[in-house]
Amino acid sequence: MIDNNILRNEEKAIFALRSLYSKYGYKPFKMSKFEEYEFYIQNKDFLVSDRIIAFNDTNGKLLALKPDVTLSIVKNGEDVCGFKQKVCYNENVYRVSENTHQFKEIMQTGVECIGDVKLYDIYEMIVMAAESLSLISDDFVLEISHLGLLSSLLDNICDNPAFKTEAIKYISDKNSHDLSRICNENGVEEKAKNILLNFVSIYGERNTVLRHLDALGGYIATDAVNTLKTLSGMLDNLSFGGKIKFDFSAVSDMNYYNGIVFKGYVNGLSQSVLTGGQYDNLLYKMGRRACAIGFAIYLDLLEDLPSEKQGFDVDVLLICDDKTDNNILTLTVKQIVDGGKTVSVQNNDSGKIRYKELKDIRGGV
Amino acid sequence: MLNVALPKGRLGEKVYAMFEAAGYECPSIKENNRKLIFENEEKQVRYFWVKPSDVAIYVERGAADIGVAGKDILLEYSPDVYELLDLNLGKCRMAVAAPTHFHDDGQKTLKVATKFTNIAANYYAGLGREIDIIKLNGSIEIAPILKLSDVIVDIVETGTTLKENNLEVKSTIVPISARLIANKSSFKFKGEAIEKIVDSMKIQVKNND
Repeated sequence: MIDNNILRNEEKAIFALRSLYSKYGYKPFKMSKFEEYEFYIQNKDFLVSDRIIAFNDTNGKLLALKPDVTLSIVKNGEDVCGFKQKVCYNENVYRVSENTHQFKEIMQTGVECIGDVKLYDIYEMIVMAAESLSLISDDFVLEISHLGLLSSLLDNICDNPAFKTEAIKYISDKNSHDLSRICNENGVEEKAKNILLNFVSIYGERNTVLRHLDALGGYIATDAVNTLKTLSGMLDNLSFGGKIKFDFSAVSDMNYYNGIVFKGYVNGLSQSVLTGGQYDNLLYKMGRRACAIGFAIYLDLLEDLPSEKQGFDVDVLLICDDKTDNNILTLTVKQIVDGGKTVSVQNNDSGKIRYKELKDIRGGV
Repeated sequence: MLNVALPKGRLGEKVYAMFEAAGYECPSIKENNRKLIFENEEKQVRYFWVKPSDVAIYVERGAADIGVAGKDILLEYSPDVYELLDLNLGKCRMAVAAPTHFHDDGQKTLKVATKFTNIAANYYAGLGREIDIIKLNGSIEIAPILKLSDVIVDIVETGTTLKENNLEVKSTIVPISARLIANKSSFKFKGEAIEKIVDSMKIQVKNND
């Protein structure tokens, strides 16, 4: 029986999350640590960083340590009519840290649903994302956006691709001042500019956001608005539905993602701990006909969550020496452990171990 | 408690005055001492003075919920933060400057001396111009005089320093001013307090125009 108290935050999360995903019929997917290097080079735009750890296999083939899990799952699946591949995983990925600029092992857990994805599957994915966050902390926010809204709005405002790229960056930064500036520089008409600036300023409680969206009519795709309305109605029934909000600054790479995308935040962590969304475009680029949605949780971030800090390393520091009778030593250790306490056997009190109680049996005393 | 990173110096003092006017005063900050952290328990706000170029790091990493950073720093380091308001303070521009007689005929690699390597690289990449970046940490203006570089990319306020060193602005890359930034996660959980400050500052910026 594993003692829950000795597990770190991320270890507890792994067990709880796997149990959650299995309830929704998601099967664990175990994959190899390596992929062919060429595979990542072909899809490097999808990766967070294009720097990959590569090495030669014994047969000379160039392999890479996995920088991403989703690509491997998509590659290994097949399109079967009416079937949805539902998998969960817990894997280490190897990426360059933005802070240290050195390679880092990142523990990542997540789920993917690939196949004939319907609105229910999107709802289920959002529910699992919210439940995942609730397992990490009660104080969380899951924000949802729809890339179809954003792309339809920008298509209706300006044809210039450079404007669109810059506008997406400013929308994701909630930067309305620079957005206004580029609208002026690109000759965007006043009404359209105001619509775009309004779009940036609406976020938060879902029904309020939906009411504001109605006022933008004509500039945004109605099917995307209708999807959000239906989804929001379904989410209203959840006990933690109030923590699921709309925020259109949650933007992901539109070369790969489409439709619903989302990000999860936990109070006390400085960045989003969960990211996900629909990525049909990736499957299309990889020659598959299916649709897909999934999310990943970066478990390494959970290290920063406050945990109960103990003021000691062990309950008992047991000091012995060469003269201590081994039978007395083993018996003493057994008594301490059986009594539910922790013990560290040492040759002296070096000051390196913090303890509650000191027991000295040197010389067999 | 709302944690606010302020840039040390005159800009920081002006910015604090805006926070004060927004109802987030902290009288102890005006005491003449060498303390760096100041707190007003009643207003639930804590200010700290940091090096202006470090503000974005404090905010991105969540040590500060909000802060004020120059657009030059935001462009150079691209921190993952919300940029909520242009405070219209500390206005200047990022520009390419060179000796008055210099003409770039585009026939050889352009040597560019700068502290802002990413901004310079992005600017010239946009122009499709081959450059050699020379990273310097100060006294950038002397680089073209000593033939270390052809041009410099640097912040220009009045242009006096350039003029005194026989340099002139050849092109403006981007206007610069102080921006109010917020940590993305803090914005989700302390959004009400942050929005209250943004709304008040918007009015102050408008009135100062």
